[in-house]
Amino acid sequence: MPHLNAAHNLAYWLARDQHNAEDVVQEAYLRAYKFMESFDGDNGRAWLLAIVRNTFYTWLENHRTDKSNIEFDEDALASYGYDMQVVEHDQNYSVDQRLQQEDSRLWVNRALALLPAEFREVVVLRELEELSYKEIATVIGVPIGTVMSRLSRARNLLLQHLKATQES
Amino acid sequence: MDCARIENLLDGYLDRELDRDVVTTVERHLKVCGDCSRSFAERSSIATAIRKDATYHPAPAALEKRIRAQIAQTTTHAAEKPRERHFKFSEWGRWFQLGGAFATTVLATTLVTLQLTRVPADETIANELLSGHSRSIVTGHQIDVVSSDQHTVKPWLSSKLDFSPAVTDLTASGFPLRGGRLDYVNNRPVAVLVYGHRQHLIDLFIWPEDAAADKGVSRTFSKRGVNVLHWTAAGMTYWAVSDINNADLEVFAERYASAR
Repeated sequence: MPHLNAAHNLAYWLARDQHNAEDVVQEAYLRAYKFMESFDGDNGRAWLLAIVRNTFYTWLENHRTDKSNIEFDEDALASYGYDMQVVEHDQNYSVDQRLQQEDSRLWVNRALALLPAEFREVVVLRELEELSYKEIATVIGVPIGTVMSRLSRARNLLLQHLKATQES
Repeated sequence: MDCARIENLLDGYLDRELDRDVVTTVERHLKVCGDCSRSFAERSSIATAIRKDATYHPAPAALEKRIRAQIAQTTTHAAEKPRERHFKFSEWGRWFQLGGAFATTVLATTLVTLQLTRVPADETIANELLSGHSRSIVTGHQIDVVSSDQHTVKPWLSSKLDFSPAVTDLTASGFPLRGGRLDYVNNRPVAVLVYGHRQHLIDLFIWPEDAAADKGVSRTFSKRGVNVLHWTAAGMTYWAVSDINNADLEVFAERYASAR
């Protein structure tokens, strides 16, 4: 079955839960099967990941009893604890050095899971699925320029988080 | 250009998404500006850390079975009552003639082979390879001999074929050998070496071609995210087929060719 790993990886990182991720993927493949005629033959992976993403957000709307679980507006950034604007450069302390001090795998997974969904999804599509900006734009349905600015803000947040992790 | 504008371009530069002239502008600025250079290094480090250390969550095997079963079930259900379905203009109505057994294959192959009927005649072989590639994915039969050891894969293939393909492990270059399989392309049995790259697989189809002049790597086409590269060397013809991006596939082709 094509792109199943990519579909599952995206669903997992959106839902942050194995069971829900599988439900979302299963529903998405049924939808893909139903709406095959809407496929323009251009990029199967992006088309399918767009369906996975839409299925997730529909699922989220229907299961929104626990609102604290998943927030994806900028209010969530308050709980993330950092100002969006500027990353201060600490000239004496490189990012690589900071990461070396952390358990990088643990830190990366936690930081990514904490990112608000709209930033998390572009990071997952870019770094884990290695999609181009154009493909990401197709999946999440925004202009290419928005993809670039979201990725940029996502990386800002991750850098700030890394810095805060070590200061606390 | 001032630093604020450069800052906005750093991610596009990092992701190789900028036009060539903008790249030149950014690179010229980074050479002379310490702040922007540090900022770029940080962004690059964080991107690399995510790529390297974030957990990839592949689909569990049971999930695919469940999806196949559910599609088959829905389709069979529709087939039992075609008339009623027809009048309801159900989406599934379009599928009822297919029958459950074909349903999942249709889903899988349609995603990969849509519109292939319109490609020019000189791409016939590439299309055959693409079919072979997608067939292997659909049937889950990607590897006959599972081994990362070139000294296992090569004799296995040689014993099944009338030629002996060059099997090289490219783990050091980021393309670990996963194994090999046989396929039938261009009216002859051919060797397929299967390499991994991150979560993706690369099929390298190999067969001898009489009087083939050495030809450098050429991009044949890409369809729906599947790329095909072709080259010939020392009387053998090579076709690399994969859903990794074209730049990575070119790196693979170059490493394979130079490792021989």
